[in-house]
Amino acid sequence: MINIYEVVETNNMIEKENLDVRTITMGISLLDCIDSDLAKVKQKIYDKIYEAAKDLVKVGEEISEEYGIPIVNKRISVTPIALVGGAACKTEADFAELAETLDEVAHKVGVNFIGGYSALVSKGMTKADELLIRSIPQALAKTERVCSSVNLGSTRTGINMDAVRLMGEIVKQTAEYTKEEDSLGCAKLVVFCNAPDDNPFMAGAFHGITEADKIINVGVSGPGVVKTALQKVRGESFEVLCETIKKTAFKVTRVGQLVAKEASRMLGVPFGIVDLSLAPTPAVGDSVADILCEMGLEYAGAPGTTAALALLNDQVKKGGVMASSYVGGLSGAFIPVSEDRGMIEAVTQGALTLEKLEAMTCVCSVGLDMIAIPGDVKAAAISGIIADEMAIGMVNQKTTAVRIIPVIGKGVGETVEFGGLLGYAPIMPVNRFSCDAFISREGRIPAPIHSFKN
Amino acid sequence: MKKTIITVVGKDTVGIIARVCTYLADNRINILDIAQTIVQGYFNMMMVVDTSGGTKEHGDMADDLAKLGEEIGVIIKCQKEEIFDKMHRI
Repeated sequence: MINIYEVVETNNMIEKENLDVRTITMGISLLDCIDSDLAKVKQKIYDKIYEAAKDLVKVGEEISEEYGIPIVNKRISVTPIALVGGAACKTEADFAELAETLDEVAHKVGVNFIGGYSALVSKGMTKADELLIRSIPQALAKTERVCSSVNLGSTRTGINMDAVRLMGEIVKQTAEYTKEEDSLGCAKLVVFCNAPDDNPFMAGAFHGITEADKIINVGVSGPGVVKTALQKVRGESFEVLCETIKKTAFKVTRVGQLVAKEASRMLGVPFGIVDLSLAPTPAVGDSVADILCEMGLEYAGAPGTTAALALLNDQVKKGGVMASSYVGGLSGAFIPVSEDRGMIEAVTQGALTLEKLEAMTCVCSVGLDMIAIPGDVKAAAISGIIADEMAIGMVNQKTTAVRIIPVIGKGVGETVEFGGLLGYAPIMPVNRFSCDAFISREGRIPAPIHSFKN
Repeated sequence: MKKTIITVVGKDTVGIIARVCTYLADNRINILDIAQTIVQGYFNMMMVVDTSGGTKEHGDMADDLAKLGEEIGVIIKCQKEEIFDKMHRI
């Protein structure tokens, strides 16, 4: 039988170390909502999402109460809207109307984000894909809870540089459209290489076409739990360090597995995956950067940071994999800047630069995330940053992403406040040398040699 | 059997166990095990109870006990056993 020390340990993790389940995300296929009549598509989308997810928030709260574990977010991901709206939407404004429908139903069922205003264009763009991408700025400006993502490349297909060039402009335009709110629209827009079909985390969640009609995916968290565990092994060998992370990741992921199975049972929707990520929040003691510091770095960004992060990411996966029957999504350590107090501090101290963050993305679970840059950075430079990040993902056969916010009207030395889980960030300088001639080339970067495995 | 773990954390005082046990008896909830210890100067008590014969839903019991805790000046939590079992047992 469970003993009192185990009970106290679990409850300390929850109460003092910010252990929580970060999100229960219901993936819903909208492929059966396709119609050539826009009004009908909107109605079908609304009805299907409402019917599937009307109890999601209530069930999340019930589970939270029964087990005494906070479940921070309840969210929805849907089939990439470029596929769903392609037959009905003839203009950018048509697509933006679908975004408004998603926003409306998200409010109705009470979820705080709905992801899937997306296009998958890793090799080429259809007319619908391009229309959706061009509609992103107005869609994000008109809605509150809709998140958008675009997959621009993969190890199997190479990188669609036409789409990379376009996304540089779209990111800038989204920033302009939402400049009254410190360009907040860009916090809900992410581009990927090797985007997973079952990611429960925003802004990049969408319900991939490989998925079933409905599915429950759960994202766990717990950087504070890992940090506290490491405090007890200061000065010990790497073997002890790694074992401690693994054991902690196992415990954290088991909670995610329990919640996922329970949510699946109560909602009558199959269990998909647990995403065993260390996802920070701006709360004190909920930082991935603090784990790196606990390992022995003065600040995140100091020499040794990439090695420390590589170790952390790998041990989290090794510990978590055995704790869940199905692991997926992004799984690993996230390194967003604005959502992590330790990262913010590292940037403020001058320890962490954009270039070091790029190096870190080679070994973390995702990519350049929630980074505020000056509003006057050119679209081509943003495309260059995106292309670099896509190349890292393509060559290393991993998911990489860029969620970058050019804050209109602000420059280096200023701070931007997004609020809530999105946090706040000092604006970081960007290399000012030009990549215009490179980005203006048309076509795509071919898939790397190691993708030819057939 | 439906096992729930009740934990009480706070400053030690007379009658904590008595008040909690009285509530459980009144609601036909059977106590399977009790353990207590002092962690960092705080009184920690854990009870394993079987709620299968009880008259209250989990949520109501949790609310009642939380309120009782407020009266005594301690924090009382009710959690289903699985969260501890899954975390600490393979």
